[in-house]
Order: sequence, then structure tokens, then C-alpha cells
Amino acid sequence: MSGPILRCQGLTKTYGKGETAVPALRGVDFQADAGEVVMLVGPSGCGKTTLLSVLAGVLDGDGGAVQVLGHDLFALSGAEKTRLRRHGIGFVFQSFNLVPTLSVMENVAVPLLIQGEKRSRALDMARAALDPVGLADKAKMLPGQLSGGQQQRVAIARAIVHAPPLIVCDEPTSALDHRTGEQVVGLLRDLARQRNCCLLVVTHDSRIFPFADRIAEMDDGRVVAIRQNTGN
Amino acid sequence: MLVMALRMLVGDRAKYLGIVVALAFTSFVMIQQPATFLGILRHTYGFITDIGIGDVWVMDPKAKHLDDVKPMMDSELQRVRGIQGVDWAMPLYKGGIRARLDSGDFVQCQMIGIDETTLIGGPGRMVLGRLADLRQADGIIVDTASAASRLAVAQGTGTRPMTIGDSIELNDHRAQVVGTAISSSNFQSMPTVYTTYARVKTFLSSERKLLSFVLVGVKDGTDPQAVADAIRRSTGLAAYTTEGFIDRSLKHFLGNTGMILNFAMSAGMGFLIGAFIAGQTFYNFTNDNLRHFGVMKAMGAGSAMLVRMILVQALYLGLAGFGLGAGAGAAMGFNLARVDPHLVFRMPWQLIAVGGAAALSVVVVAALLAIRKVVRLEPAQVFKA
Repeated sequence: MSGPILRCQGLTKTYGKGETAVPALRGVDFQADAGEVVMLVGPSGCGKTTLLSVLAGVLDGDGGAVQVLGHDLFALSGAEKTRLRRHGIGFVFQSFNLVPTLSVMENVAVPLLIQGEKRSRALDMARAALDPVGLADKAKMLPGQLSGGQQQRVAIARAIVHAPPLIVCDEPTSALDHRTGEQVVGLLRDLARQRNCCLLVVTHDSRIFPFADRIAEMDDGRVVAIRQNTGN
Repeated sequence: MLVMALRMLVGDRAKYLGIVVALAFTSFVMIQQPATFLGILRHTYGFITDIGIGDVWVMDPKAKHLDDVKPMMDSELQRVRGIQGVDWAMPLYKGGIRARLDSGDFVQCQMIGIDETTLIGGPGRMVLGRLADLRQADGIIVDTASAASRLAVAQGTGTRPMTIGDSIELNDHRAQVVGTAISSSNFQSMPTVYTTYARVKTFLSSERKLLSFVLVGVKDGTDPQAVADAIRRSTGLAAYTTEGFIDRSLKHFLGNTGMILNFAMSAGMGFLIGAFIAGQTFYNFTNDNLRHFGVMKAMGAGSAMLVRMILVQALYLGLAGFGLGAGAGAAMGFNLARVDPHLVFRMPWQLIAVGGAAALSVVVVAALLAIRKVVRLEPAQVFKA
């Protein structure tokens, strides 16, 4: 896909109403392209996760304009957004969010099954997706039998298995030690580049900043600065 | 995804087994108690269905049900025979008599006296001997279950089943066993002794009126209800079709004993306890998986897909729990009934259907409550740690 994978202009989002209203996004202008690794950073409560949620189509914005994978999110119905997420976006979460009763391979196959892929083919593709994250030999194990770093690598395999053009990650290293965190983000970046997909990472972990192509600093609901990582 | 839903369910073994066992318990109580109740109910009309012949039952107008016998004069038999539409009419005696066994023990029995010529009213299924052997001098036929239990003959230090050739005393008159037959247990679980109507008069010589019922067969093409109405109008006696008499006996029993309430309470309590445990556990199971459903929603699973997953889990649980519970209930009931024929157990398909529907309703209601939460779940919540 050529051009920006996602773009928002003047994006606003407010939680609550009246006197209890809390503005989370106060007019965000932002853009990310295919093959690019962009990190959203900033202090707690600055709106990073809210912005990620709106861009991932799991939360509705209030105003402005948002384009994701060529679609105007404000113009899409709920079902259309669901379809967009199903085919276009991979997710990596802070706490892995693997189903503990399903095997590693089955967990990875979930996005394919949601797309309606046949179970046998989905499991074959899931097994293949575990190879680049170095867990092919753990396919039949349960998530609880793996370390935190291995579980996050399973989550990465789950995020890439259906080859989405956009992967969103919410604090992917916060549950991992420094070294493992670096390995996981390095792996994510490499896989994203190989597949020419856009990687959008929310983090407050400065140790992984070097893996970004660009770093968007947020404060008080706005993107206040965008830094280019030249040494990457 | 539906296979995944089942894998999610059975993977959490402790919760899965907890729900299945609770549902099995619910189903067990809901099947076993009503099946026993239905079996007991059969006592109230088993004698009628055992005979298996006859379209209309005629009795004293004050008789309320099968066991409420008000003897009539033998002359009533001739009056009934004279009614238009009646093909045949036979006398039937049904009443109690005290039997003295060889051991000297006394046993209260139910005696059935049938027409000596036609043998209409006799037991349907002979085990030993022939029904026609009743015509032998002093002949009686006893029910198989009682022959092996309450009428068992002392032998050495133990007993053996009463059989052809054995004799007992009925009201100081000798009676000789000429056969054994299968007959439904009566409500008091008394041994049943068949003999001829004529011989009843010998055994109960002091009784002036002995005619308990007149059993009527109607002519081909004649409506039994119309004949019953005609008998009632012409003789002043009570007359019911076979189905009507069964219905009347059942209704009297249900209306005049607290048994239905007691069984309903047992089954109801079992259902409520099991339903609560199973429903709560399933609801908790879905709640525990809410985060995973949220993740799937974020990944693009629609609400309809998640609802299907939960319903499949619920149906699977319902079927597994009901299968186990109903199976255990049936196995216990039928095995106990085999050991002791006086224990009764009836499990018609309607009972299985109602029990199954009730078990499924438990999980479906719990599923619907859980589904509400899943449908309302905001996928954005998955980004909260």
C-alpha cells in the first residue's frame, strides 16, 4: 500500500460529559507510513492509549478526521470498522492476552479463524508464523508453560499471521525485563520491515526508543513533537 | 471459532467439570424424581392396563377410583348385558383377602376374580403355567414378584419362590398355585392372587355382594363412550371407558394425596440448587473469559460470532450434563426396579424431553446473561492493563 497507512487531523476525544468531561485528545495531527516504526511516547494520561485506540478503530473519536488504510473511520459503520480491524490490523497487548486454555498454535490461529479461515489451514499458517519468532517447537504448548518473553513473541506471531498492513502495540515491553524487551521490539521491527507494514507502538520505555524510525511525543492530548531517529 | 470455543471451555478443566457435574445433578433429580412419581402413578391404573381388554368399566356409582370398590349385586351383570351396544359383559372381583402361608405367617393379598369361561380379566403375561389352569380345582395364579418375596416358601434356612404345586390358605380355604404371572404392582404393594369369580364366592362365602366391576366389550363400530352413557342412563351405575376410568383413578389420586406436591418439591429443589450452581459457574466462566472475548472483538470478531461461541459452549454443557445426569438417573432407577420389582420407574420420552429442555434452559439463561456483557463489551477495554 502506497501513501500513509494512517493519518489524523485535528482529532479530538473527550471522556464523560458536562462538568465531569475529561478531554483526552485535543486536536491531534499525526501520520504514519507503510514500513515505518512509529512510537507514541509521553507521560501517563497524555492520551497515548486513547490515540492508539481511535487509530485502531476500537474507540470512536469525537471530532477531526481519521484515515486508516484508506478508510475514513468517521464514515465507517461499526460492522465496517470490525471488518477493517479483522483484515487490516494486528494487535500486540501489554499483558499478552493469550487464551490460557488454547495451545500456542491455536492462539496464533485466532485472527485467521475470525476471518473465516478453515481450522486446518489456519493452524498450518499459525505454525508457519511461529517460525520467524523462534517458537515453532513450542506450537503445542500452553501459554502458561512459556516465559513472558516467549508469550509476547507468541502475541507477535498472532499479530502478523494474517499479514495486516498495520500493527498496533500497547506497551509491549512493560511486562518484560530490559533484555527481553529489546529482543521483542527488535523482532517486531524486523518483521514489520520485512512485511512493509506500519508498526505503531505506545510506550513509555525509553530503552526501546532506538528501534523507532520516528518518535511522536504527546502531552496533554496533543502531539507536541515528532523526532526522526536518524541512527536507526 | 466454534471449535475454539469448545477448546476454551474444556481447557478450563475445573470449571468445566464443575458445571457438568452441577448440570448432571440437576438433570438426575429432575429425571429420577418424576420417573419414580410416574412409576407410582402407574400403580393407580396398572390393573386396568394389565387386563388389556374391555372397552367400558361399570361399577357402583359411589366408587371413586380403581381401589375404591363398592360391591354390587350379581344381577347388575345381567342388566348391563341387556344394554344396546354391549357385545359382552364379564364379572370382575377385586378385593382384599388374608392368606396364610405354610410357615404360618399371614399376608394380606389382593384377590382378583375373573370369569371362569372366558377368563377375561386375567393377567396378560403368564410366567409359569397357563391361564386356563385356573379352572383346576382350588387353582390360583400369583404374581411373580410376590411369589419370590412376600409369598416365598420357607426351605431349609432360606426361602424359594412360590411355584406351581404350592398351596396356601385363603380365608381358611385351601388354594393351590397353578401358575405365576407378571402383574403391575398395586398401590399397597400387596401380592396379587388371581382366581375365578365363582371360586371367590367360596373363599368369601360370608359376603353377599361380590361384583366389583363389570367389564364390557362393545360391538364393532360402536362408540364406547356412547355405550357407557347408555349403561349409566339405563342402570344408574357408573360406567367409564377404559381411558376415562384410568383418568378418573389418576385424578382422584393426584387430587387427594400430597404426593405430587412432595415429588414436585423434591424435583424443584434439586433443579433450583443445580441450576443455580451450574448457571453461576457458567456465568463466572464467561466473565473470566470476558477479556479474551474483548481481545477477539478488537481483532475483528463480530458480536454475532461471540454469541455463537457462547451458545455453543452452553449447548455442549447442557447436553453433556443432561446426558450424564439423565443416564445416571435412568441406570439407577431401572437397576433398582430390576432388583426389587415393587420399586417402580417410568421414563417416557416426554419426561426426557422436559428434563432436557430444563437443563438446556439453565445454561441458555446463564449464557444470555453472559452474552449481554459480551455484546456490550467495548473492545477498547483490551488496552487497559
